[in-house]
Amino acid sequence: MPLYLNDEQTMLRDTAREFVAEHAPVSHLRSLRDADDPTGFSRDLWKQFAEMGFTGILVGEDHGGMGLGHVEAGVVLEEIGRNLSPSPFLATAVAAVEALKGSAQANAWLPRIVAGDTVAALAIDEGPKHRSSIAMKAERAGNGFRLSGTKQFVAHGHVADLLIVAARTSGRADDEGGVTMFAVPRDAAGLSATPERLTDASLAARLTFDGVMVDADAVIGEVDAGRDPLNRLLRAGRTGAAAELIGVGGGAMDMTIGYLKQRKQFGVPIGGFQALQHRAAHLYSEMEVARAAVLKAQQLLDAGSDAADEAVSVAKAMSGMATTLSVQEAVQMHGGIGMTDEYDVGFYMKRARVLAEMFGDIGFHADRLARNAGY
Amino acid sequence: MTDLETFRTETRAWLDANCPPEMREAIRSDADVCWGGRRYDPSVNPAQAKWLKVMADRGWTVPDWPKEYGGGGLTAAETKVLREEMAAIRARIPLSSFGISMLGPALLKYGSEAQKLEHLPKIARGEIRWCQGYSEPNAGSDLAGLATSAEDAGDHYVVNGQKVWTSYADKADWIFCLVRTSKASKQGGISFVLFDMETPGVSTKPILLISGYSPFCETFFDNVKVPKANRVHGENKGWDVAKYLLGHEREMISGMGLASGGRNPLIEGAIATVGLDHDGRLADPVLRSQIALFEVRARAFGSMSERFIDELKAGRAHPAQPSMMKYVGTELNKDRHELMMAAGGSDALEWESEASNHGAGARAWLRTKANSIEGGTSEIQLNIIAKRILELPGA
Repeated sequence: MPLYLNDEQTMLRDTAREFVAEHAPVSHLRSLRDADDPTGFSRDLWKQFAEMGFTGILVGEDHGGMGLGHVEAGVVLEEIGRNLSPSPFLATAVAAVEALKGSAQANAWLPRIVAGDTVAALAIDEGPKHRSSIAMKAERAGNGFRLSGTKQFVAHGHVADLLIVAARTSGRADDEGGVTMFAVPRDAAGLSATPERLTDASLAARLTFDGVMVDADAVIGEVDAGRDPLNRLLRAGRTGAAAELIGVGGGAMDMTIGYLKQRKQFGVPIGGFQALQHRAAHLYSEMEVARAAVLKAQQLLDAGSDAADEAVSVAKAMSGMATTLSVQEAVQMHGGIGMTDEYDVGFYMKRARVLAEMFGDIGFHADRLARNAGY
Repeated sequence: MTDLETFRTETRAWLDANCPPEMREAIRSDADVCWGGRRYDPSVNPAQAKWLKVMADRGWTVPDWPKEYGGGGLTAAETKVLREEMAAIRARIPLSSFGISMLGPALLKYGSEAQKLEHLPKIARGEIRWCQGYSEPNAGSDLAGLATSAEDAGDHYVVNGQKVWTSYADKADWIFCLVRTSKASKQGGISFVLFDMETPGVSTKPILLISGYSPFCETFFDNVKVPKANRVHGENKGWDVAKYLLGHEREMISGMGLASGGRNPLIEGAIATVGLDHDGRLADPVLRSQIALFEVRARAFGSMSERFIDELKAGRAHPAQPSMMKYVGTELNKDRHELMMAAGGSDALEWESEASNHGAGARAWLRTKANSIEGGTSEIQLNIIAKRILELPGA
């Protein structure tokens, strides 16, 4: 399979590009932030995503979806990134969908996600840095389980209808086995969510599970074998975050290149100065490499390849590096105006920082690849 | 099964039957590379000679060239399958050649039918080894400022001047060369000619480099007679050919940023010298993180190369994209060799010893410093990206 978008994927990209730019441009983020919007995204927009079919990209046709792959989901995510559109798309329509696929909960939740009626959030992280260890306890109680512990960095966790929770049913925090995944309704008794506004104006919750009781049928997959759905979720989430990152990085780069052509100093456009040309050309090169790495990971995931897992880490780390460079160069090359709140470029820097941290940062994934390679 | 799947199955079986086991081992030095040419001695390495012959017989030294010019006539998709199947068994490239990577594509685009039939099959079979007469003492980054003259003498030109950094000129049979046929215009006064290095008046002098090797030469032309029939494309139109060929040269050089399949000498070397701690991590944590971050970039670049080739074959690549590939690939290769030297420690510094394979690592490290100079410096590539891809204003 050639490593570029095929004709159908290119058409989907054009559709998504037009739709997202029209309905959720950067000004949409700005207005939500300025209004101190308590939800953090627009439910109307989420409904429109469903009407466009985006929410069902990764859902099979038997559940009302389109049965497409990570390449197609990534096409939408890149446009979300380019426009900094606040959306539960990544958590709900990509990561949660992948966790639920093939499980007993699929019938209950997937059609509602496709319809735009359900927003899902991911309760995975337990500390300020993403790790593979899971400490939160899930003890057998009655017909089901009792969940106790805390989670953080749960995007949309305060308003989600469904929480995908990683908890430990046996063993120690660092063990590979003993993890179980749960589908928990947010109104479950004993569950409290505190929304925190992050640097990029998005809302992520700190969750406290104070003896939350769930039925046995809340288990996604098998008890103690939750790494399977968790890894599916993480692979999808990481690849999706990487796609969103190159959208952010690409958007910031396009703004910067445009500015270099238009801004005049010493009587000429500053883009004629070689010092800035070389920085811009270097940035372009980095973004191109990252874009290729992301597409490779998406294609390998869609092909069910054994090589997908490492390609996902390469994609997440490389898109983090390239986009971090892009937003830094964007502010620097814009000069003073890049530091103002009124100008959009600062939003790109903030969003890039959040996405770079999500599902493991550059160091996490570089370390992971090193471990796999035996050093 | 689709046609492509059938092709893959057949190719796999054929490679398995025909690729000698010796040709599935990593290339350790330039001596392991088959360059072909008149002076190639097949008896030195029979496995290599056999591999060249069986691949050339199928046209698979140049799988996507047309069959009538010695190629395999494969489609882009089939060529990719062949590349993947060769990589899967770590098969060496049967023939390395500036004829394949540089002159061939230029002849396919700009050569006359007679020139294609004369030269391409010999390139495909490795019978003629080519060198490139581009740079001059006063024309490096400003290549179009070249001064080597070709005077009109009726049915031939008389060439006088000097080239420099001519890779393997002392081992090559023929040269493709940029000469000045007019002083009226800088780019518009250049012609692209081909001639035999045995023509009277041609001489070469190897240049000793910091690596201790002499892969480059000075090349001198003293009243060299070149038939006009050996001119590719029109008189004073050589710059078009030169630029097109440079794109392919950059593509080739960018490949140096790719790790060779399978083993990873950087990681293996670091483990060998530094060792692993009780947790299985490289015992030097700073070196470990440097290598790990480098590997992310190297692997991402591997995907970029795949994408670039796919886009190129489909005619979807930006014409200046080879500049981006060349820039990133060569800078990565320099980084890799810096890390390999750091990983090797003082062992890697031994210049002559058996243990260091006669300083192979150090010499390779020094050789990579030319990667971001030859074929257009990194700075020239950045200029090209800025102007042609990003369309930033001219200086």
